[in-house]
Amino acid sequence: MSAANVLHPEVIGDRFEGAKDAQGRPLVHAEGTSKPIRAHTRHEPQPRGARDSGNRPVDQVEAAERFIAATEHEKAHDERLWDMRLRRDQAAHALPEWEDMRGLASRIKEHSLAHLDTYLGQFEAAAKANGVVVHWAADAAEHNRIVHQILKDRGAKSLIKSKSMLTDECGFRAYMAGVGIEVVETDLGERIQQLDGEEPSHVIGPAIHKTRADVAELFARTLGSDPDDEDIPHLASIQREATRPLILKADAGMTGCNFAVADTGTVVVCTNEGNADLSANTPPLHIASIGIEKIIPRFEHLAVFLRLLARNAIGTPMTQYTSHFRAPRAGGELHYVIVDNGRSERLGLKEFWTSLKCIRCGACMNTCPVYRRSGGLSYGATYSGPIGIILDPTLNRRKYSSLPFSSTLNGSCTNVCPVKINIHEQIFAWRKVMSEEHRLPFVKSEMMKVLGYVLSRPALYRAALGAADEALRLLPHFVLANSLNTWTNKGRDMPDAPSQTFHAWWRENRGPKSNSK
Amino acid sequence: MSAREDILARVRHNRPAGDYGLPPIPQFAIPIDEQGRLETFSRTLKAMGGQLCRSSEMASPITWIRGRFPDAKIVCSAVPEVPSDRAWSAIRKPQDLADVDVAVVRAVLGVAESGSVLFTEAELKVNTLAYLAQHLVVLLDESAIVAGLQDAYMHSAFRTARYAVFHTGPSATGDIEGVLIHGAQGVRSLTVIIGGYN
Repeated sequence: MSAANVLHPEVIGDRFEGAKDAQGRPLVHAEGTSKPIRAHTRHEPQPRGARDSGNRPVDQVEAAERFIAATEHEKAHDERLWDMRLRRDQAAHALPEWEDMRGLASRIKEHSLAHLDTYLGQFEAAAKANGVVVHWAADAAEHNRIVHQILKDRGAKSLIKSKSMLTDECGFRAYMAGVGIEVVETDLGERIQQLDGEEPSHVIGPAIHKTRADVAELFARTLGSDPDDEDIPHLASIQREATRPLILKADAGMTGCNFAVADTGTVVVCTNEGNADLSANTPPLHIASIGIEKIIPRFEHLAVFLRLLARNAIGTPMTQYTSHFRAPRAGGELHYVIVDNGRSERLGLKEFWTSLKCIRCGACMNTCPVYRRSGGLSYGATYSGPIGIILDPTLNRRKYSSLPFSSTLNGSCTNVCPVKINIHEQIFAWRKVMSEEHRLPFVKSEMMKVLGYVLSRPALYRAALGAADEALRLLPHFVLANSLNTWTNKGRDMPDAPSQTFHAWWRENRGPKSNSK
Repeated sequence: MSAREDILARVRHNRPAGDYGLPPIPQFAIPIDEQGRLETFSRTLKAMGGQLCRSSEMASPITWIRGRFPDAKIVCSAVPEVPSDRAWSAIRKPQDLADVDVAVVRAVLGVAESGSVLFTEAELKVNTLAYLAQHLVVLLDESAIVAGLQDAYMHSAFRTARYAVFHTGPSATGDIEGVLIHGAQGVRSLTVIIGGYN
């Protein structure tokens, strides 16, 4: 392990506790890390996500500050996500055609989105011919109502499901709790989040912000296990044994959809645990929730996306399970619920429609310095990190108006995106939208007015710059690091000032001597 | 207006301006070990947590299974080559396989690039067999190993089967602190027994 690959040596463990190969060497696949990462958190409570702001703007910064203050959680989180990013790089660099594949994936998605009506029609017709019952839901509420009706008509009281960002987006679990249907998440991470009453913090690692101590405490509280038992294989086994009976007795099963193949009417689901297959194949009824943007034309295109997806997400050639549902099994029922929920409107946003290309790999989160150090729950939204910043405002512009400012605009998200979404440019474009719609936070908007006035007057700008550097050198720290300075009030110091401005240096060294403008 | 008409109308109205043609998909070459596809398959499968052995190294698959899983009470086989402790005529519903210790299934094909094996409902007989069992043993002919995923997707099973699934190693999770666990919710181990000759 090279030192350059480690961000926080203090959270690197001394031994692998997970699965090994026949020779006793640690295996690295699924969401397993390439080095043991262990937070020492016995006495550090888990930092919680953004405070409920109702319909008012989420305060991501406040939640991020609390995450950063929980130093062990923050370091382990940062290290683990960076490890995933490094594994992604390794897998990507092993394929000489990687960049060609990204280009192809982007073009296939753009084509599919630009011909979405045709492909949705094809998909529906093929599915119906295969014996699938197809439903359409304009929004989250309609999705939940449709699923509830399907269950009610069959007297179903319990439902097992695999992880689906779409059902999280629809507030599906809360709705079902309200109508008395028991919903059980079967993905370990998502089940942990369900038991803890939290949203997933990462698209592929829902509980990635939690440590073993957090999980041990949670399982003791909800499953009656020993709170001092922090053995991870044992914790995983407690959940397996607790969930198995619920799987066997469930009346219905539900999955999301990673890809919907138009010409065969097939729904493709990727998991590492095999829990989508259990959810779909054990009960007599399988319901798949499908976002309209999941459509791709044919199986040959699926090969392109699947070769990218797991490599880009976790650095393996495939997820452990890639499941293709085309028709109901003998004696069973298969229902598709095709959901819009704002996607068709997003399609009409000139600067933002390509965000619909997203295949939910999570790489933009893993690489983002803001996300890694603030945790997914700080965004207070279903989708977090760079992709969340550009998706969430289309779902609720007021509530998520401050999220586009939680970015350094370094562009790393764009560089790792497997379908070439210009994420950082869209983040910047959202800032412009928020500014034009007067949704900037107060201090930021006042600063912008002053900045705009100064920047539009070159002479004043130069004078101000010299004065600012002078001020940096001379003024006491408490004057600079005040609560209105959004740089220092985030725990950062002001930089040392250079001895002269660039303009002054240019005049002295390069400019014509006579020019004293 | 129904949700369907409503959605399709909005999708048409908001269609991005431009051509956006569908690009042709080239066949990408998959690097194969000098020793051949089986060696590549073996390497990728093991990296994904699977195991591999050859039928030529064992008296019979069932004697190997009994030796490898000495505590197994129920071996449920979906292949004629291996006797089954559970009569298929007695299986009424998917949940009936919940007590199976070892499931034995033949794969449609293997993928050298990823170490994946493909099943459909025809091989599984009851789909839950490969998930409710504690361990999964897969029979695969060496000649059924294709180079890459692109080759695998040309198989007619994807157009005809109700259910088709790639397994790439056993059920796994790293959801708690990235510690890799086999047998998250499905099978705890996956072993491919290679038989047949080119």
